[in-house]
Amino acid sequence: MTARNGASPPASGAPGRRLPRPGRITPVRISSFTAVSALGRGRDAHVDALRERRSGLRPNDFTGTPLGTWIGRVDGLEEQVLPGRLAEWECRNNRLAWLTLQADSFIEAALQARDRHGPGRIAVIVGTSTSSIGASEEAYRRLTPEGLYPEDLRRPIVHTPHSLGDFVQHALGLAGICVTVATACSSSAKVFAQAERLLRTGLADAAIVGGVDTLCGSVLFGFNSLELVSAEPCRPFDVERKGISLGEAGGFALLEREALAGPWLLGYGESSDAHHMSSPHPEGLGARLALEDALARAGLEPARVDYVNLHGTASARNDEVEARLLADLFPARTRASSTKGWTGHTLGAAGIVEAVLTLLALREGLAPGTLNSRRLDEACGPQIRLENEPAAIRYALSQSFGFGGSNCVLAFGGELPA
Amino acid sequence: MNPPVRSAFVDGISFWAPRLPGWELARQVLRGETTAPAEPARRPAPALLPPTERRRAPDTVAVSLEVAARACEAAGLDPATTASVFASTHGDLAISDYMCDTLVSTPTLTSPIRFHNSVHNAAAGYWTIATACYAPYTALSAHTSTFGEGLFESLVQAVTDGWPLLYVAYDIEAKGPMATMAPSAGLLGAGLVISPRASAHSRLRLDWRVVDGASHPPTVASPGTLALVQGNAMAPCLPLFEALATGRGEVSLALGPGLALGVEIVALECRG
Repeated sequence: MTARNGASPPASGAPGRRLPRPGRITPVRISSFTAVSALGRGRDAHVDALRERRSGLRPNDFTGTPLGTWIGRVDGLEEQVLPGRLAEWECRNNRLAWLTLQADSFIEAALQARDRHGPGRIAVIVGTSTSSIGASEEAYRRLTPEGLYPEDLRRPIVHTPHSLGDFVQHALGLAGICVTVATACSSSAKVFAQAERLLRTGLADAAIVGGVDTLCGSVLFGFNSLELVSAEPCRPFDVERKGISLGEAGGFALLEREALAGPWLLGYGESSDAHHMSSPHPEGLGARLALEDALARAGLEPARVDYVNLHGTASARNDEVEARLLADLFPARTRASSTKGWTGHTLGAAGIVEAVLTLLALREGLAPGTLNSRRLDEACGPQIRLENEPAAIRYALSQSFGFGGSNCVLAFGGELPA
Repeated sequence: MNPPVRSAFVDGISFWAPRLPGWELARQVLRGETTAPAEPARRPAPALLPPTERRRAPDTVAVSLEVAARACEAAGLDPATTASVFASTHGDLAISDYMCDTLVSTPTLTSPIRFHNSVHNAAAGYWTIATACYAPYTALSAHTSTFGEGLFESLVQAVTDGWPLLYVAYDIEAKGPMATMAPSAGLLGAGLVISPRASAHSRLRLDWRVVDGASHPPTVASPGTLALVQGNAMAPCLPLFEALATGRGEVSLALGPGLALGVEIVALECRG
């Protein structure tokens, strides 16, 4: 089905056709953050891989049925064991969630926050695209002769999208608001927006945000059916790009309005494309609205943005539209890149993984380039860089766009804008 | 400690289930003014979709577009400029069954359309496409607390953003082996337009606060109402719609294991 409204889309900012431009928000501290991806476990592993320009992609060794593509697979997930008290949530996706909670002692920071604020005052707002559908896929492979799930997989919580949020809440012993956001590839970016709104109301003191998505048959063969996967490691913005490389990852961030240290969430912007389920708006209208709203909430002009982590999937359409948007809105001094050549496209986890990479770029003074790509598409302006560059990065954006035309742009700062 | 009570306004209400097809009828049945039809209605065919696609649309899309459109209509709200929150416990159970089944036998023959319709935000995606809406939506799930968490997020957005928004909650019938672990029967869609301020379209006031879950167990709908939507995963929405039908009442909706959303529906004074 390719529903498309016959009406022609309105021009950007046409009166009455969009919500009013938002005002500035009070920035929120990010007191702890971490990620696990094909690059390794925790912040240092990600910084090292960025600096060494070492990709985490490998030839597909995940699917039983051969599929000639490259994937960003997390090592050691098969051996990971959940503590006995969490056995009910056992599945690949929650194993990765557990591994990610251990990275950079994130779990310690979360538990300290629980002690400070109380378990009911900390929200869990996490994103995923497919959650633990891998467990349901496995159940279908191992159905009993009666057509029932095998006994070890008769655990309803791992066969529903909220598997992830419920697991994180129980793993951390929390009792507050708990939601799993599933808007495809914008999921774990939108969790920052939802958490900021919640903290603003004073109905929670802190929020665990982030997301986890793991490789599974659904996404590998699903993206294959759309002819979007590349037979070679993905080459974002390359003139000869041939599609995406899928990956898996997890990441978390602790947002606290009252924290004393840590970088800032300055703003967010969300929008819809109103165009197509699996193809971006041709003029990038939705993406532009999200970008403009993120800047408005942050109180930033485009010229003050030092680095933009792009969605940059290496699909033909996304990269062309996104490159034109960047060239239109930003001066040449703003650096921009896609880091998917390192991690692959981690779908529902892309928002948090790229938020973490953006926060690391701020902290390390390193503007990552674009890995695997050789010659940039002519749609690219001077903003999009192939090489890593040392750079003082004060303000940075991270862009995530998903199926169903769901867009989210996040604005981060190492300091507060004047 | 008494948590602060906040107020929002209900500007539009919609509902669709096979034996309660449409809010006007559902309202009368829930008020005890009439009985539900014995025969289930055929699934809605949303006028927003092109005629060729009305029958092909997944159940999730058909039922959610129906209630989304009716709620906006009732509220006199332009969908093109309205932000929305979509909530579904299990998402598209029929497509999940198809995907898992196909992956066992013929993974390389996976249907691209069914795959892109398998995302949890498919219904929200089709809604924004059909209404040329550039405003944000979200799509969420919280297992048995899905309805409460979705309503809570809608109320938070109304407070923080200051404009009316659309809340759509739905679940569909489970298919295949999946039905044993993610049970859900029939179709159920429910829609609300929630506004931070009273308007000419406001019908009811909704006073809400977050309370302790242990001392506020979820309100249970009357047996008669439950029987009409037997076994749908979105049934936890029913107590609120009973209160909306009568124009008054207090309801407690689960927000996970620890909290509850306490809601009081208050009738507004009759307007000229």
